Amino acid sequence: MTGAEDQAEGPRARPDVVLCPGGPMLVFGDLVVEDAAGEQHRTHRPVSAVCRCGKSASAPWCDGTHKALPAKLRP
Amino acid sequence: MLTPKARGPLSAALLDALHGTERPSWDDLAPADEDDLQLSLWTLYELSFRGFDDVDPALEWDPHLLDLRRRLERPLEARWRERAADVEVGEPFADGLMQLIEDDDGPSLAAVVQRDATREQVLELLRWRSVYHLKEADPTSFTLPRLPVRAQAALAALQYDEYGGGDPARLHRHLFALGMSDAGLRPDEGAYVDDAPAIVLEQNNALSMFGLHRRLRGASLGHLAAFEATSSLPSRKMASGIRRVGLPDSLAAYYDEHVEADAVHEQLAVRLICGTLVEDEPETRTDVVVGAFTCLDLENRFAEWALERWAA
Repeated sequence: MTGAEDQAEGPRARPDVVLCPGGPMLVFGDLVVEDAAGEQHRTHRPVSAVCRCGKSASAPWCDGTHKALPAKLRP
Repeated sequence: MLTPKARGPLSAALLDALHGTERPSWDDLAPADEDDLQLSLWTLYELSFRGFDDVDPALEWDPHLLDLRRRLERPLEARWRERAADVEVGEPFADGLMQLIEDDDGPSLAAVVQRDATREQVLELLRWRSVYHLKEADPTSFTLPRLPVRAQAALAALQYDEYGGGDPARLHRHLFALGMSDAGLRPDEGAYVDDAPAIVLEQNNALSMFGLHRRLRGASLGHLAAFEATSSLPSRKMASGIRRVGLPDSLAAYYDEHVEADAVHEQLAVRLICGTLVEDEPETRTDVVVGAFTCLDLENRFAEWALERWAA
């Protein structure tokens, strides 16, 4: 069956954090993010996207604004 | 929900078959037009979701009806493949797919809702959108048991969020239903199907066809990726427009939720779902592209149709 190879070897465990090229940082699970002002924000979904471009209106969470930035200003 | 109103000879014959009053020969029938075609296929697909109160549930797997479904699906699938035939996606695949979606420059209904649309136009758009939003995420759930492990784990995480993380009060289609109700609109599934144009039914039929066929799992996930990756920024505009015309906050809150949720989902869908699927099952690559392009193309055609109607 297709995909059997990676299943036989066992897929790698997923990382806790995934850096998305040009976009946010995905974090898995329940955790608390402290923003630059020292304010704490608890995640409230199974996977969360933390803003890396600094322009999100929903900071510290990503709101997709990085897509409106020119490529050189993206993370 | 009850079966919709017929829109031509084929959908009329189909409704007779669903109500058990006739057993038409499909050889003698063809859809009169796009409305008759899309409504017939939409009705057949709904048998696999929550069905109709006035139809025997056993008909979901009736060979006579499945025969009609196949007759309608074949030319529609060919149409979507043909429209996507020249689309190219670069490598690495996930980056190329994200680029394809970002490069789409079709008209934005959300931008019109944010700035110019009247309250009546916003309500009209919500009635059209309700055909999908009241079953949001459901077609893609059919794809879940058909995937290799990495894509399956990531899709399960995404769908869990769509379904409110196990909390019915946060389930997306339920949030939309609450907003509809507060806005004085009907919150029950299928309530506005009779008002939906053929292009809206075609959008729904693409989701259902891709979801219900294991063979089309790549298209299902490509569609998901394009849908999620064109949602965050437009959702903020929708929320702002809904507040501008004075519709209830609960309806705006549905779109607020999608700003943040879909900023997560687009990364999951493009990178961890479609990206790993194409690595693990390279034969799905073309279909992922077809699914993504079909989502963008249908939304653009719908937006053009709606803007033309509102301009008249």
